[in-house]
Amino acid sequence: MKTIARILCIASLFLAAACGSVEPWVKPYERQNFADPIMALDRDPVSSAYINHVFEAREGARGAVGSHGGGCGCN
Amino acid sequence: MIRARITLPLVLLAAAVPAGAGVLPDDRADLLYHRYDGGGVTIDGPSLLVRKKFAEKYGVTANYYIDMVSSASIDVVTTASPYKEERTQGSLAFDMLNGKSQYSLSFTNSDENDYTANSLSFDVSQDMFGDLTTVSFGFSRGWDEVRKRGDDTFVEPVDRRTYRVGVSQIVTPSLMMGLSYELVSDEGFLNNPYRSVRYLDPESPAGYTYQPEAYPHTRTSSAASVRARYFLPYRAAVSGEYRYYTDTWGIGAHTAEITYTHPWTERWIFELGLRFYTQDAADFYADLFPYADAQNFLARDKELSTFSNQMLSLGATYELSLDWKFLKRSTLSFFYDRMQFQYDDFRDLTTAGAPGAEALYEFDSNVFRFFFSGWF
Amino acid sequence: MRSARILIPTLLLALFGGTATATGPAPPAPDFTLPARDGGEVRLSELKGQVVMINFWATWCGPCRQEMPLLQQIHAKYEPLGFTMLGVNVEPDSAAAQNWLKDVPVSFPIVFDRKSEVSSSFGVEAMPSSVLIDREGRVRHVHRGYKPGDEAVYADLVRGLVKE
Repeated sequence: MKTIARILCIASLFLAAACGSVEPWVKPYERQNFADPIMALDRDPVSSAYINHVFEAREGARGAVGSHGGGCGCN
Repeated sequence: MIRARITLPLVLLAAAVPAGAGVLPDDRADLLYHRYDGGGVTIDGPSLLVRKKFAEKYGVTANYYIDMVSSASIDVVTTASPYKEERTQGSLAFDMLNGKSQYSLSFTNSDENDYTANSLSFDVSQDMFGDLTTVSFGFSRGWDEVRKRGDDTFVEPVDRRTYRVGVSQIVTPSLMMGLSYELVSDEGFLNNPYRSVRYLDPESPAGYTYQPEAYPHTRTSSAASVRARYFLPYRAAVSGEYRYYTDTWGIGAHTAEITYTHPWTERWIFELGLRFYTQDAADFYADLFPYADAQNFLARDKELSTFSNQMLSLGATYELSLDWKFLKRSTLSFFYDRMQFQYDDFRDLTTAGAPGAEALYEFDSNVFRFFFSGWF
Repeated sequence: MRSARILIPTLLLALFGGTATATGPAPPAPDFTLPARDGGEVRLSELKGQVVMINFWATWCGPCRQEMPLLQQIHAKYEPLGFTMLGVNVEPDSAAAQNWLKDVPVSFPIVFDRKSEVSSSFGVEAMPSSVLIDREGRVRHVHRGYKPGDEAVYADLVRGLVKE
């Protein structure tokens, strides 16, 4: 587990360092698919929060659910 | 006692940013009826969520949730009597959008007659690389109080800390991927004051005797997950997710999930999902201990045993044409999930058999979600 | 000029990269011809003599939809002074745009950049993007994104260019 944490830390530092020198390969005007509501990672938060609670109450595992990102990329 | 710790998803619910870069989610209100039926337990109730933004820069989310429990799970039925109980949870979250950064602060309180949980969370998410990458960090702090029905002197605290980090990446105009890592650390009275373990006792009529469970005072867990969502050219979406979990109690778990979303005409969105979960028991878990006080720590909680579950989900969302002036758009959704649990080292004490030879426990449950959503 | 197709977007990107609005040396706007909503065509170089505000938008972009009525107001106000708004819809399939425009009528020309060639030659870096072109066909300002209140910024920029 510590290895995965280390990899993620290094990866995020790498991303931060490379900031600005990478040209976006998906242009802002090519993001129509991500703006489609069916592509939303979490279309109905009230519903996904409930089902995740059902899992967490009955299983030993917890965490690393949910995500940010995607979407139309406007502004 | 329901003893539902405030789970992260309910906190993330308030801080959720489905729109990603530079835009706050739309104003909406949802009213959900939820119902869980399985393993002798029925839990149902409402959940109300309202979200509003101001000047496209600030957002507020409020959620009110109730669990009404009737009957009792196998743990309690074999050592106590069935009961009815209610748990109420409220949460409030504030979001602020500042260019490519988004900040969220949320507070959640959960209350039942023998357990109170409070949690405070702070999350930051940052868009970079032409808004193709979103990096997020978050921290939560929880303060719980464990009480015991019938014993007013029993009051024990639980302290929780959670750290999370995630990266989300748009890979192609049709594919996005994400990685998450979360560390949870609990300290305090982590077990259930009503639950017991059993040990072999030839002198007892049943062949075994109960004693209270004993858990470590700390538990630290790590979970890492990877997910992908892909847009199919005929307009549909498919998602896959895998999570690996491990903790200091010796529990290791794998979760794998796949979801398919299919819109049909202008009115319907159908969803099909499959989820698989498998877990190894905690180090101090046993269904039947050889004698009293066999170990420093003792557990017979089926949630800490070796088991697996499989779930099939079916969902449908229908676009309504309500003519209400203040509503831009509204939908009605219904989700049905069927979960099957099989335990490898937890035995069903309502069945016959010599101690340690009773049938392994298994059960099915049905979960229902029925909700109305309105955008204003 | 083939080199212009590479040079101009690079220059535009170098000049305007990292700023929401910028003034400075003014490169000529890359010319283009795109099919218009009414069935005809619009050629940018034919609009020389007028101040032009090109607005890159899409129906799937929330802030784009939000600013459209405000762009209509700006067009209506400054058109008599020799100004025109020009909406460039970036969607490969124009059906959604045609449908949406039935509910949100605008009187300024809307053209369809279905192959994203114009978006690419202008180096569009955000949705929406507004490019202000003066009467001599030079790019004077690039405004990225839309937040409530930006319409006042647009009006100020248009007013400044119209007076020249």
